[in-house]
Amino acid sequence: MKIYLIIIYLFVCNFNIAHLFLSAVYSSPTAIKIGSKKFTESVILGEIVTQLIKSTGELPVHQRELGGTRVLWNALIKGEIDIYPEYTGTISEEILAGEGAHSDEEIRLALSNHGIKMTKPLGFNNTYAIGMKEEVAEKLKIKKISDLRHHPDLKFGFGNEFMDRGDGWPILRKHYNLPQKNVRGLDHDLAYRGLEKGTIQVIDIYSTDAKINYYDLRLLEDDQTHFPAYNAVILYRSDLEKRAPHVITVLKKLESKITESEMIKMNSRAHLGMIPESQIASDFLSASFSLETEPYEESAIYRLLRHTGEHLFLVVISLSAAILIAIPLGILSVKLPGLGQIILGIVGIIQTIPSLALLVFMIPLLGIGGPPAIAALFLYSLLPIVRNTYTGLHDIRPQLRESAEALGLPPGARLRLVELPMVSRSILAGIKTSAVINVGTATLGALIGAGGYGQLILTGIRLDNLSLILQGAVPAAVLALIAQGCFEALEKFFVPKGLRL
Amino acid sequence: MITIEGVSKTYGKTTALHSIDLTIPTGQTTVFIGQSGCGKSTILRLIIGLIQAECGSVFFEGTRVTPETAISLRRKMGYVIQEGGLFPHLTAYGNVALMARYLGWSEERIKERLNVLTELTHFPSEGLKRFPVQLSGGQQQRVSLMRALMLDPDVLLLDEPLGALDPMIRADLQVDLKAIFQTLGKTVVLVTHDIAEAGFFGDVITLLRDGRVLQKGTLEELVQSPADPFVTRFINAQRSPLDSMKKDLG
Ligand SMILES: Nc1ncnc2c1ncn2[C@@H]1O[C@H](COP(=O)(O)OP(=O)(O)OP(=O)(O)O)[C@@H](O)[C@H]1O
Ligand SMILES: [Mg+2]
Repeated sequence: MKIYLIIIYLFVCNFNIAHLFLSAVYSSPTAIKIGSKKFTESVILGEIVTQLIKSTGELPVHQRELGGTRVLWNALIKGEIDIYPEYTGTISEEILAGEGAHSDEEIRLALSNHGIKMTKPLGFNNTYAIGMKEEVAEKLKIKKISDLRHHPDLKFGFGNEFMDRGDGWPILRKHYNLPQKNVRGLDHDLAYRGLEKGTIQVIDIYSTDAKINYYDLRLLEDDQTHFPAYNAVILYRSDLEKRAPHVITVLKKLESKITESEMIKMNSRAHLGMIPESQIASDFLSASFSLETEPYEESAIYRLLRHTGEHLFLVVISLSAAILIAIPLGILSVKLPGLGQIILGIVGIIQTIPSLALLVFMIPLLGIGGPPAIAALFLYSLLPIVRNTYTGLHDIRPQLRESAEALGLPPGARLRLVELPMVSRSILAGIKTSAVINVGTATLGALIGAGGYGQLILTGIRLDNLSLILQGAVPAAVLALIAQGCFEALEKFFVPKGLRL
Repeated sequence: MITIEGVSKTYGKTTALHSIDLTIPTGQTTVFIGQSGCGKSTILRLIIGLIQAECGSVFFEGTRVTPETAISLRRKMGYVIQEGGLFPHLTAYGNVALMARYLGWSEERIKERLNVLTELTHFPSEGLKRFPVQLSGGQQQRVSLMRALMLDPDVLLLDEPLGALDPMIRADLQVDLKAIFQTLGKTVVLVTHDIAEAGFFGDVITLLRDGRVLQKGTLEELVQSPADPFVTRFINAQRSPLDSMKKDLG
């Protein structure tokens, strides 16, 4: 089977190329892995920790912008990362919600049951706060959260995380008895835009957020003390104590070393000064510890290449696997119609699962990074190929089916010499559709740490940097076009000439 | 020799054949004729094993046709259908050579065989590299015939091979076909619903009605001593143009 050999060949080739690209990301199993959440402060802290550990001679890897609390915590529990910066409020209200751990000591005890340890606070409190545009707040005379009670028509836009965390909107509403009905959950980075445009008036915000000054926001006073303290700490796996005790020693150096104003300054350098996080971290280490580190920031070209490699890796592996599985599934569906209905039903249902949900669903099964993204993309790529293979074979004219059988060809040979070549165009069209969907959906892989062009888009949204968003979006679109073009070119090889007249 | 013993065939609720007994003699041309839906194609499909009878058996040279024996028996039979039986992804050459290639014939042997066949069927050899869509209906049927003859089968089964052709080409092909049958001396089973064509080809004509054999014999026998009034009705229904002219004049 020529098609299969070529696919396997592409599969193997790409695996090698991708491996080169990816060695940086999916690094050796013994390296210390630091994770960070998808907001700037977390990335800066992650970078500080990484450079600090690097100064001990280790070769740590920083997996930036992995996602939200759930993703990072699960990754830490599973050992996919060893260290990440977190906040005490998030630990008690969200990670350990319901375990009644409030004081630092209670938290420490509860964490150790999960095999996790925590440093002492780093020195600043990044609590949740409720913010409004200064001029709007001034006009409505809103100073405290309780003042919101008198303005039931205000539109609220809260980050998705804030919508359902232990100290999030539902509890805040009860605590302050707030009447607002118009409350939307949305990506936190997009909330600022909504505020600027006036589509929402009230958002949740971090108290060290660089954008407070930039967008001229007023933080409402938490007059009935709803929000707990969000002292920054560093979480790490207990097994580091044996594996790399010196790493813990340097982590502890950061305790009580970062003040609130320092953190705000670092955040605004990243957001407003467009300074790379690694540079900010390096400057901090130099100022606070007289430690000279080399901020590693890859060039734009290298970064594009790396993301291209990651993206191709996701697409090629998942698509190749889908082709290898989906064509036989399509054939099976025709040959065994009863089973076929079940197969078509299942792949159809998979297609209706929202892509983000499917990605997140994969995390408990496969962790974070490439594998869960590839599994999700693989599942998405099945339907168009299975369906086109099935429909193509199913719709072969009965005269042709009969002629092939009457020649005395056994079933396997009929499939190989007559049926598959006759439906090759339909199968290839299915693969083409899958490829285009796959390239697009793969941008979401960045949400669970799989990298790819989506990473640039995410970072771009986070830093409000349109150029960065385009650096991700444009190559993704171009790649989709290239994929389409490639498969159109492949028609010449795979679709027999007689069918192209 | 092909024998059909007590064969019945139903498709869901329709009974296509009612307990048929038939013998198809070797080296002769047997024609099945009858109205549309009377079961002609069903008989051919049973002989070549594309479908199985509910009861009764079909024997091909003493071997019972079953799903297990069918694959090898089919290589001793050539099958041509009305139209649209050529594989669109293969050239005329590829269509004719498909089975021989599968069986591992050398390309040289295939070419030699094709030379014989193109001459026999009067098919222009430069047409061999064309795809089916690039051939006329008559040429397509010549290719179908070559494909059926490729492995030099003992029996040719033709299901309305000329049914879709215009009258002139049809007449040409009738002459060519008859010559081929005579040259090769093969057992031929041919289905048609044209009484003139049946008379032209058939050593024996079998008239079917609603899944039963109504009469078996030469055209003369059918005309002169019809076994049933339907036989005469069926024959008279296909008047030649000359008949109607005579009637108008008379
Ligand atoms: N696959 C099938 N499913 C259901 N009924 C069928 C099927 N094939 C044939 N039949 C029915 O069986 C009967 C005999 O069909 P058959 O094809 O043998 O007729 P025929 O004599 O060849 O007719 P025609 O001259 O129109 O080709 C018809 O009533 C037809 O409708
Ligand atoms: Mg028929």
